[in-house]
Parts: sequence; C-alpha cells; structure tokens
Amino acid sequence: MGQVKNLFGTRFGIIAVGAFIGVLAALLQKLGNPGNMGICVACFERDIAGAIGLHRAGVVQYMRPEIIGFVLGSLTAAYMFNEFRSRSGSAPIVRFVLGAFAMIGALVFLGCPWRALLRLAAGDGNAVFGLFGLIGGIWIGTSFLKGGYNLGRTHATYTSVGWLLPLTMLGFLVLMVLFPQVQGEPRSGILFYSVKGPGSAHAPLIISLIVGLVIGFLAQRSRFCTMGAFRDLILFRQVHLLFGVIALVVFAFITNLILGQFHPGFAGQPVAHTMTVWNFGGMVVAGLAFVLAGGCPGRQLFLAGEGDGDAAVFVLGMIVGAAFSHNFGLASSPKGVGPHGIAAVIVGLSVCLFIGFTMRKKTA
Amino acid sequence: MSTIIDARGLSCPQPVLMTLDKIKKMENGQIEIMVDTDTSRENVSRAAASQDWQVKDVREQDEGYRITIAKE
Repeated sequence: MGQVKNLFGTRFGIIAVGAFIGVLAALLQKLGNPGNMGICVACFERDIAGAIGLHRAGVVQYMRPEIIGFVLGSLTAAYMFNEFRSRSGSAPIVRFVLGAFAMIGALVFLGCPWRALLRLAAGDGNAVFGLFGLIGGIWIGTSFLKGGYNLGRTHATYTSVGWLLPLTMLGFLVLMVLFPQVQGEPRSGILFYSVKGPGSAHAPLIISLIVGLVIGFLAQRSRFCTMGAFRDLILFRQVHLLFGVIALVVFAFITNLILGQFHPGFAGQPVAHTMTVWNFGGMVVAGLAFVLAGGCPGRQLFLAGEGDGDAAVFVLGMIVGAAFSHNFGLASSPKGVGPHGIAAVIVGLSVCLFIGFTMRKKTA
Repeated sequence: MSTIIDARGLSCPQPVLMTLDKIKKMENGQIEIMVDTDTSRENVSRAAASQDWQVKDVREQDEGYRITIAKE
C-alpha cells in the first residue's frame, strides 16, 4: 500500500491542497467566520478552550467544528490509505510545554502561520512582520536541529492510544449537538458561546465541519505544513512544501479580491494590532516552538489524526496555553499586546531556548 | 555492503537529516534507511533524489519501510 503512488505527495498535489485551503478559508470568512480568520488553528483552538470554560474571555468562546474536522478527516484518510500508526513516547511533557508556548506566542501576534498567510492575502501589512518572526523562529530552530537537537524516538503502541484525541474531538462534536448555540445567550448547557466579538462570528456548523473534514483528509495525504515549508527551505534548500504555502496565499488573495475581502493597510485590520516588534516577537517564539515540536499547529492536528500521540499532547498543550494566555493577560487584542504579553514572549523564548540547548542526543 | 540507518520512531526532519549526513560522507555506494511512517518514506526518497541518489527499492518491514538508495 505504501508503494502506491501518493498523488497528493507530488508537486501538483501540494499545490492543489494549498490552493484549496486558500480558497476555502476565504469562503469560510464570507460565510461568517471572523475577519481574515477563515481558518486559524491557534485562534480556533483558543475558542475551543473558551467554549469549555478553560478561560472566560467572553469574546472568544466557540467550539470550532473546523478543528474537529481536521482531526477526524485526517483519521479517515489515514485509515483509508493504511497509514494509521498509533505511536507515542517521544518526550510528551516537552511537547506539551512547546504547545503551550507556541500558542502563547501565536496569540501575541494574533494568529497561527495559516492565519498569518491569510492576513497577508487579505492585505494586512502587519502579517509581514509576523511572517518574518515565524521565519526567524524557524531559522533558530534549524540551527538546533543541525546541532543534534532531538526529542528521541516514538514507540508503536496500542491502537486505542492514537484514538484518544480523535475521540476527544468526537466528544466535542457531541457536546455541540447536545448543547447548541442559543441566539443571544452566552451559555448553552455546559458550553460557553460568545455573543459578540470573533467568537460570535462563524460559518454554519455543518459547513465548517465538512470543510474541516475535507481539509483534514487532503492535508493528511499531502503532509501540508507551513513550518515545514520554511524549515526544509532553510535546512535542505527543498521547496516542495513551500509550493503549498505559496499556493495558499495566491489563491486566498484571488478569492479575497473576487469576494471584496482584500483591504490593504496596517491600521484597523480585523483582529490585528500594529505593534510591529511584538507581532514579530510573538511569532519568533511560535516558529521556534513549532520546529522543536516538528510541525505547525495544523500539521500537529493531522498527525494526531493519524495516530501520533505526541502530536496530540502538543495540541492539548496549545489548548491549555490558550487558557493561560487569556487568564493571565498574555494575549493581544486589536488595541495591542496584553498587559503581560511582552513578559510572555521573553519567558517563552527562554523556555524554547532551554529546550533547544539541553535536549540533544546521538540517535545513530 | 550497505550502510544502514535506523530512523524508526524519529519524526521529521530527523530521518532526512541522517540520510543527507550519510550521503555527504559517502559520496557513492548504497544506503538502507529504516523508517516507520509514510511521511518519512516520502521525505527520505525525495531528499535522496534531490542529491542524485537513486531510490532502488522500498519494501515494507516491521510496521515500516526499508528504503534502499544508491549512487554509482
């Protein structure tokens, strides 16, 4: 099975998947998702943390079906193509901490790499500094990789281990059905919902879920990864994944133009601030954490869907990191960085450097 | 005689890094790389091809793959 040619693993495949994500993200925004946030893995996991009450920032609480779809779509693809491999045991605690600080950094910028690209494709000039920061963080990470940084090997384990995060996502979906949003109400059963702000802006549940499932499926097949795109370019001069990233930006840009969603400028961009240094700094932390953990937030969801228990721990770290971000005033808002956002960037960078410098071993 | 790299259980980009390191040291010959995910299989094969090494064989082995690459 493994020797069957994987169409989506080709140059054409990765470009098609990037283009597909770009178009669908812009369309999701048209259908109700927040501004320049058709898809944002970090923001959406943060909204999930809000929906289950891990933080109580009233404007960012919604059980985002896209995230659920990403994991379950990837699970489906992995089973269809005989690629589901339950594995875990490569320094899970480190992955949890990296997930938490990746989220904290991303929420200083206000977006994951996917959203940075989507913000760029919608004309938000601040995204450029976020992307520079991302690339800077990835560059630091690649020097650790060259120096022997390594979190050790995973081990094959019970199939059910790989099922835990997909089942958690399925549970979230069941909760959403049991406790559906009630117009104008901040709570339905045990779930929290935003009545204003980005958390209140969303496409219809079924559309978000289907888009999430399709993207999860295709991304599992193509191994789409925004961090990997820049890492492979810096480390190996390989451009395979980068083509997917470029396709995402170009096609989101074209779709935004058609839908009237392209508004070039710096000030007044949706769910964004203009503090250049911290847009950059937040994403340095995030980019470095992604390299040390081996994938961007989207890729970690897809890996978790194909049985990678360590990627699942990273995802849980991100959700918990989002809770810390909002509970401790680390996350930015359109007004600028949070009261303790700058301290969080410094601590986050220190923790990532500590991990990078101290966790090396020979594997050969 | 093949040189063997055991990259099982290692996540990206470790299998590729290990393969490219070995390729740099050997210049020619035959290398067998053991990996345990399809992503690693694809990435190692792509990296080898980019260095003008030929992917001779990919066979399933122990819940993973054994990739044989060579350069004359």
